[in-house]
Amino acid sequence: MRTITAASLIFLFWFMLSGHTGALLIALGVLSTLLSVYLAKRMNIIDHEGYPFDLSVRLLRYFLYLGKEILISNVDVIKRILTLGPVDISPQVITLPAAKKTDLSQMIYANSITLTPGTVTLELSNDKIIVHALSKKGAADLQTGEMARAVPDNVELSS
Amino acid sequence: MILETLSWLCLVLGGLLGVIGGIGMHRFPDFYTRLHAIGITDTLCAALFLIGLAFQAGLTIASFKLFLIFAFIFFTSPTASHLLANAAMLGGLKPVLSDDDVANSEQLDKP
Repeated sequence: MRTITAASLIFLFWFMLSGHTGALLIALGVLSTLLSVYLAKRMNIIDHEGYPFDLSVRLLRYFLYLGKEILISNVDVIKRILTLGPVDISPQVITLPAAKKTDLSQMIYANSITLTPGTVTLELSNDKIIVHALSKKGAADLQTGEMARAVPDNVELSS
Repeated sequence: MILETLSWLCLVLGGLLGVIGGIGMHRFPDFYTRLHAIGITDTLCAALFLIGLAFQAGLTIASFKLFLIFAFIFFTSPTASHLLANAAMLGGLKPVLSDDDVANSEQLDKP
């Protein structure tokens, strides 16, 4: 099943990038798709980590939320950069409990922290996340755990 | 005409944000805080550029490719910033912490 999904996605990708409709070129596209899928199967990389379809709808909603967060924190950091006089920052290092059970959700959470300007993940281990925050406000926002709750959980993978 | 205006608005705003990110890089005190300033160019600046270019291209294969670029930047840039920060921390670079918050924030006690 995963193989069929992968094959159709790879072919769709090929088609969207090339935009060719001639019979010969389509045939060549199908051939290269089959070759890629064959190689991927041999390398054993068609697995649950490819793309988490079971998360799709929730991920879409999460991306909207993340976009809003990125916009807000961007404006905050821009304000701090453009204030005259000494820069208005209070850098600090905080430790957050790991809120997510599965590797994938944990990774999404840590990457989202880095993606929002003003907070960077310094270290990610099984039970904690160390974060460098540009300001007190950014650190406090993370500690409320709002973003941790928004990250979708991936149940299929829990180990 | 409207599309053209929107496109240029996005492009100019994106360029402005790039400059602001550069200013921030010079104003902030140490490596970790500079990483935050660069975060602006990574996210909003790049996104605005790509949206502006997509308005120029319209609904074509080109804008699909722009979307792909956006997706790849979206997934790879946090990984790259995390690796930089992680390497700096493992290398023993101590972050500058604000004076009033040293008691509250945990110092990194890596060798």
